[in-house]
Amino acid sequence: MPAELNSYLLVGAVLFVCGVICMATKRNAIGVLMGVELVLNGANVNFVAFSKFTTLGLDGQVFSLFVIVLAAAEAAVALAIVLNFYNNHLTVDVDRGNKLKG
Amino acid sequence: MINTLAANSLTDALTGPLPLLGWDISSDTAFVIAAIIHAVLIFHVFALCPFFLIWLERKGSGRIQDRLGPTRVGGRFGWLQSLADGIKLIQKEDLCPPVADAMLFRSAPYIVCLASFAAFVVLPFSHSWVAVSADCGLFILLAILSLEVFGIIMAGYSSGSKWSLFGGMREAAQMVSYEIPLAICALIPIVSAGSLNLGEIGDMQSGHLGNWFLFHDPFTFVAFFVFFVVLTAGCKRAPFDLAEAESELVGGFHTEYSGMRWSFFFMGEYASMFALCGVAAILFLGGWHTGIPGVDGLLQEWRTRGEFTPFGYLANVIGAGVFVSKAAFGVFVQIWLRWTLPRLRIDQVMITCLKYFVPISCFLFLGATVWPLLFMFVWEQTTIYPEPLGKRAAEIWSVRHDDSESNESVSTDADAGSSNDSESIEVELSSGQYVASTNKNVDLQLQSDSSEQTALAASIEVRQ
Amino acid sequence: MSLFFTIFALAACLGAVAVVISQSVVRMAFWLVVSLGSVAGLFFLADADFIGAAQLLIYVGGTLVLLVFGIMLTASGPYMKIPASPGETVVAGLIGVMFLFMVFATINGVDWDGSRDRIMAATHQTEGATGFDDRSEGNTLRPLGFALLGVRPDVPNGVAGAGYLLPFEIASVHLLVVLIGAAYLARAKRRQDVV
Repeated sequence: MPAELNSYLLVGAVLFVCGVICMATKRNAIGVLMGVELVLNGANVNFVAFSKFTTLGLDGQVFSLFVIVLAAAEAAVALAIVLNFYNNHLTVDVDRGNKLKG
Repeated sequence: MINTLAANSLTDALTGPLPLLGWDISSDTAFVIAAIIHAVLIFHVFALCPFFLIWLERKGSGRIQDRLGPTRVGGRFGWLQSLADGIKLIQKEDLCPPVADAMLFRSAPYIVCLASFAAFVVLPFSHSWVAVSADCGLFILLAILSLEVFGIIMAGYSSGSKWSLFGGMREAAQMVSYEIPLAICALIPIVSAGSLNLGEIGDMQSGHLGNWFLFHDPFTFVAFFVFFVVLTAGCKRAPFDLAEAESELVGGFHTEYSGMRWSFFFMGEYASMFALCGVAAILFLGGWHTGIPGVDGLLQEWRTRGEFTPFGYLANVIGAGVFVSKAAFGVFVQIWLRWTLPRLRIDQVMITCLKYFVPISCFLFLGATVWPLLFMFVWEQTTIYPEPLGKRAAEIWSVRHDDSESNESVSTDADAGSSNDSESIEVELSSGQYVASTNKNVDLQLQSDSSEQTALAASIEVRQ
Repeated sequence: MSLFFTIFALAACLGAVAVVISQSVVRMAFWLVVSLGSVAGLFFLADADFIGAAQLLIYVGGTLVLLVFGIMLTASGPYMKIPASPGETVVAGLIGVMFLFMVFATINGVDWDGSRDRIMAATHQTEGATGFDDRSEGNTLRPLGFALLGVRPDVPNGVAGAGYLLPFEIASVHLLVVLIGAAYLARAKRRQDVV
């Protein structure tokens, strides 16, 4: 049981780290969004793995369901913001959004 | 999910000494063999669907346009025309335009094919003839079919051609919006059925024509037609075929494709048409049941004799034939529509969906949920199914949950009182389809059969 | 079982790495589909059918199509690439690898069996939450539905208040708000300088 649980957690960790790197390095706003999706998926893998292999039971699945639903909502809003950003700046390069820098 | 229903029954049948050679097959080996059998069968269905349906399309369009259609290949009706097409397409050069993103361009057709192939995994063809009998089968099927659009968008974007890009963008906009009424309309019979398992839903409609969900209440009746139109749009068939619109966009998303890759798109398209029409048949048109009162009862009686007995098997074969003909008829209607109606504009397509189908399907959904309440309060009786949905769901769940526990308790004190009770549960469960318990006729039987003890235990379990 | 796990786990991890490496946004989207699809496969293997299907439907079929649509709407040219600066990439990669090793060491350091026993001792459970109905077949649909309606038939002692009715309602209101908000944010605006 621990070996399988560990391998699930390792997959989750890899997804999480890739997502964080993606968020940090991508300059395309949509690329940053994809990083967020990867991070949330890493968390989901952990929830489902704990739900299967530990005493967490069904709660893990309910939590990952909420994560998926809220991630979809987050992506919709973020995409709307990106489109707005594009309307104003004619680019989706997040480094160009520095008007408030002073 | 791993332990699939039909694979299990096949595994059980295969396990044990082989009749002729005398080899002993372990259950693991039997499981692998069963899985391979299923994979090969599904692959054949997937490959033969387009084979037949493309021939049907050419023949049908020919007749509608007062032509003959294919007449030569394979004898009288040109029924081997698809084979000739396939051989021709294999010989064609596999082109990739220099401006295309080669990796995405080459892999896009596989995504389309893969998605519509995988949908067949959860599609039942007859009573318990399904590779994976998942509890949320309908949900999985819709989810897998929704992947298909991604391949098409990829194809459109990576071709590096403006026609393809337009096709891809139209497809994306159309799919994202049409998935909503599709899912809501699919939920309307689910409200009456209380299950997402396609096998269960199909088995609920046995008996006679009135048991089909199409005739369950006025809302499901309307919902079927809305579902069918939305499904036609979901398969990007005319009059909603904006993604390929050959008179304006050359070929839409597949403008730049040639040879086998081009034909993969069409294999995927026809296979998903068949799969979705099959879903419509299961959800509304009684699945693998003929709808003729005497015949259905007889077939159901044969099925109870066991899956691998001659009569049980024959009943399932007939069921599969009925199901396939229903689904093929759905595809035929789509073909008929395609060659009859003119194409809509893209804004008309979007308005049809967002301004009409979404509100209509929401209203129908609301109506389908309120309908049983209306019956209960006005006429003080339930709809054709004897109990409200929630109670039935709770009972199915708790009966199955009780099974493991009651087995243990019975094995410790196998007394006369409890053995009858456990037997009825076991019979119901060992047939693999607790399905039967939700069927109207069998449900009444079950209620009379099973002692009050179970019902009491179940209700206590749920209250907790 | 473990063969499928290896395939899906490798595809998920390699897809995620490819998302980080690729420069073109559409390729990123493609690799993200590979990665998230394999994660859905992992969910199926972990007996979470409903979650796996939701992952496919909502993430891959919904969110990613929306993202690609966004890419198409905001692309200023074919195959738009906005390269990241190499310095940042190296630093982020180093930190990421270090973080991965830290997490890996932590995962290996935890005694899961022991903690399970301790949790069970602390909560006075004799057999622990043996999980939901028919774990082996992943038929968690009905228990999940009950949980979202606030009923928990799968919890051994029937703990009160363990349902998720309130979060479910909050999530649905949240989705409604997001629907309106996103439509408002992305509405076609008249440019003021044009007028």
